[in-house]
Amino acid sequence: MTAVLRAREVTKVYGGTHALKGVDFDVAAGRVTALFGENGAGKSTLMKILAGIERPTTGQVELDGEVTQPRSARDAADHGISIIHQELSLCPNLSVQDNLFLAREIRGRTGAVDRAAQRAATTAVMRRLEEPIDPDRLVADLRLGQQQIVEIARALLQNARVLIMDEPTSALTAPEVAVLFRLIRELTAAGVAVVYISHHLDEALEIADDVVVLRDGALVATAKARDVELSWIVSHMVGRDPDALFPDREPEIGEPVLALDGLVVADPQNPHRLAVDQLSLTLHEGEILGIYGLMGSGRTELLEAVAGRITPVAGTIELGGEPLGTTGIRDRIARGIALVPEDRQRDGLVQTMSVGQNISLAGLARFVRGLFVNRDTERAAVSKIISDVTVKTSGAAAAIGSLSGGNQQKVVIGKALLTQPRVLLLDEPSRGVDVGAKADIFALVAAQARRGLSVIFTTSEAEEALHIPDRLLVLARGRLVGEFRRGQITREDLMSLSDGGTAVPTEARERAR
Amino acid sequence: MTTTTAPAPSEHDTTELAATARRLSILNGLFELRAFIALAVLIVVFSLLSDSFLTVTNVITMTKHVAINAVIALGMLLVILKGGIDLSVGSIVGLSGVVAGELLQGMSIGVLDVVAYPPVWAVIVLCIAVGMLVGLVNGILVTRFRVAPFIATLGMLYVARGLALLISNGATYPNLGGSPALGNTGFGFLGSGRPLGLPTSIWLMAILAAAVALLLVKSPFGRWLYATGGNERAADLSGVPVNRVKTIVYVVSGACAAIAGLIIASELTSAAPQAGETYELNAIAAVVIGGAALSGGRGTVRGTLVGAFVIGFLADGLVIVGVSTFWQILIKGAVIVLAVMLDQGQQRFQRRQGAAASAAAAVTKPASH
Repeated sequence: MTAVLRAREVTKVYGGTHALKGVDFDVAAGRVTALFGENGAGKSTLMKILAGIERPTTGQVELDGEVTQPRSARDAADHGISIIHQELSLCPNLSVQDNLFLAREIRGRTGAVDRAAQRAATTAVMRRLEEPIDPDRLVADLRLGQQQIVEIARALLQNARVLIMDEPTSALTAPEVAVLFRLIRELTAAGVAVVYISHHLDEALEIADDVVVLRDGALVATAKARDVELSWIVSHMVGRDPDALFPDREPEIGEPVLALDGLVVADPQNPHRLAVDQLSLTLHEGEILGIYGLMGSGRTELLEAVAGRITPVAGTIELGGEPLGTTGIRDRIARGIALVPEDRQRDGLVQTMSVGQNISLAGLARFVRGLFVNRDTERAAVSKIISDVTVKTSGAAAAIGSLSGGNQQKVVIGKALLTQPRVLLLDEPSRGVDVGAKADIFALVAAQARRGLSVIFTTSEAEEALHIPDRLLVLARGRLVGEFRRGQITREDLMSLSDGGTAVPTEARERAR
Repeated sequence: MTTTTAPAPSEHDTTELAATARRLSILNGLFELRAFIALAVLIVVFSLLSDSFLTVTNVITMTKHVAINAVIALGMLLVILKGGIDLSVGSIVGLSGVVAGELLQGMSIGVLDVVAYPPVWAVIVLCIAVGMLVGLVNGILVTRFRVAPFIATLGMLYVARGLALLISNGATYPNLGGSPALGNTGFGFLGSGRPLGLPTSIWLMAILAAAVALLLVKSPFGRWLYATGGNERAADLSGVPVNRVKTIVYVVSGACAAIAGLIIASELTSAAPQAGETYELNAIAAVVIGGAALSGGRGTVRGTLVGAFVIGFLADGLVIVGVSTFWQILIKGAVIVLAVMLDQGQQRFQRRQGAAASAAAAVTKPASH
């Protein structure tokens, strides 16, 4: 086993924060190395150093045994290292082929871009990925999963010797993941080294040959994938017993609180498409209702319609037996509906405001006396929320940017709770949140539900869907395709349902166990 | 082949982090005060260069000049906090003065064949209303019709200036003194009155600054404004009436510019339709030197006032020490760019300081689950 790429004693310091503390990391040719770790453990930082996007504070990177620190992403690519980013880094205003060949255009003799050659290469790579996308289509017109495939195709085209995949499957359906895995196998068989990072731990373990776990910027464990189980990985990531993640709960379910009937919501990005199609559901007092769906399944539009951000095309929403009509977000918050959006950076937080000001933003009306905000009552309520939702912060005056992802998410949840809602809508509350904070968040939600709060949360993680909610609805292409009590459904059924009924290939199914 | 090691933060790490955090916080404090420091440096340098700079009379004169820009800048601050820009304020200054001139010299109402002479208080109210109206149009263009603020207010810059020229027919209203017989005297008070020994315009600046500071710091509207400028989507999803906030800031900005227009017309006891040209740029410069971010969400009244003083004292000081007008323009430009560069530096420091502080906190207070 030879290491193509090797990080030696790599340390990275941002300001006073040690993101990496002397990490040794080997990537072997022809093998898949899965890198595990909570958010903030240093996975992305390490990958950025390997891919030339960041430079280590101390330590070095060796390629084929020689010290080579890539100076830029371009330089790394020239050395045969390419990276598929966690965040999509495509230009939506350009076509698929323009994106694939951006800054690496194929040029003809005159120096002009040889579009025919580019188109042929694009078609070929798309065929390999079993995704027949027209090379001239705009990336903006593709659904999210297809965009992710374009991102993968771009890395493939570079004929990399080391391919780093940081969350490549977050928007992919199970058959698409199966295709990607088959492709990864082909690549490793041809000697390519693959580094694989995913929040879907079981999926990463399935494809991995070698397992590496990071915690708090340090390498804590390495193993052969065949020697270890999921629980071993999780306990090393968290540094404690993973069974505590999903505590049992005895729900006390009361009267119906929220009722949707025949709800139809148009896709805000593309008004000709229905994001939510004839959807009806009832939520009861004290109930935790899970909605399992992939990105693009309509889960975000569904919650945004209930929260008043999008006006539905048809259908009714009733809260406590009263129709909500077409009132806006402000009115719905006053009536007791609070939304925790999926993308907390874009929709949840105001980066220029303090932790405390973010928490009180939605419930500010509670503290207004006469013309002004009463800062004493505000401060008291904010510090109560900070301790209730266990935000780790130096205080209410701290900057939002100083918090970790999990703590930022707790701030957004705290903001929603401060409005004293009857119905709490959580859109992928565990996205980009480490395992510890995830457990905190679901424990907190369960505690609120015991006090009578009704909760809808969406998730694309099977483990969460199977263990957290009292009742689970499966959403695919804007329609409900299944409803289950806890314990009534298996992981495989869930995966196949969420693709809209397409069966999972047996091979992938067996390996998923 | 399974190996396990556990990381533990060392004692050394903790003290080092705390020291870094402290050092950064001192630097950050200096950065915070940079506009004050710049003002202090200006005052010291000009006092050394000229005996007449730091005299009571001269300081009051210079502050009167500052007041006009500061009043406009306070409105501009609100717009910039929202993440917008208001290019129309200079034209509103001109329009407001022209409307005052027209009203004070007698407004003929064609159909009735009478000439109306409204009292001075009514003239002031009407002029401010005109400024608010222009602001309202800006606000509606930006919120309802989704026109970019730069374009919407650029359009209104021309429209308001055109209106001023149309109303005045391009001429200056020469005498705004009014006449006792018509009961419309007293307009001069705004420009040359001295309640409690200080010019009215300085009082107006102080009162407006206090009001805007109160609005920003204490009222829910202030919080909404900072949130809208910081992240409009998050503010919207938190139930902030984003469009109302956005419209209101343009209306307030229009009102502030109209007040400045009245002060100028009153000081000169005449109103020219060209008054206030390029004043929008001075106001933007004051807000930016005062540390506000053009991207929105960051800025204070205190900073904006200091910014207005820096610009005003710099301009007048250069005149007093006899620097040519051309150099004045060049120096002003350099100061603005320098201010923004320092601001970028401060933001980087703040981020590092925040990271260091929270890292120190995380190390000293171990995770409590």
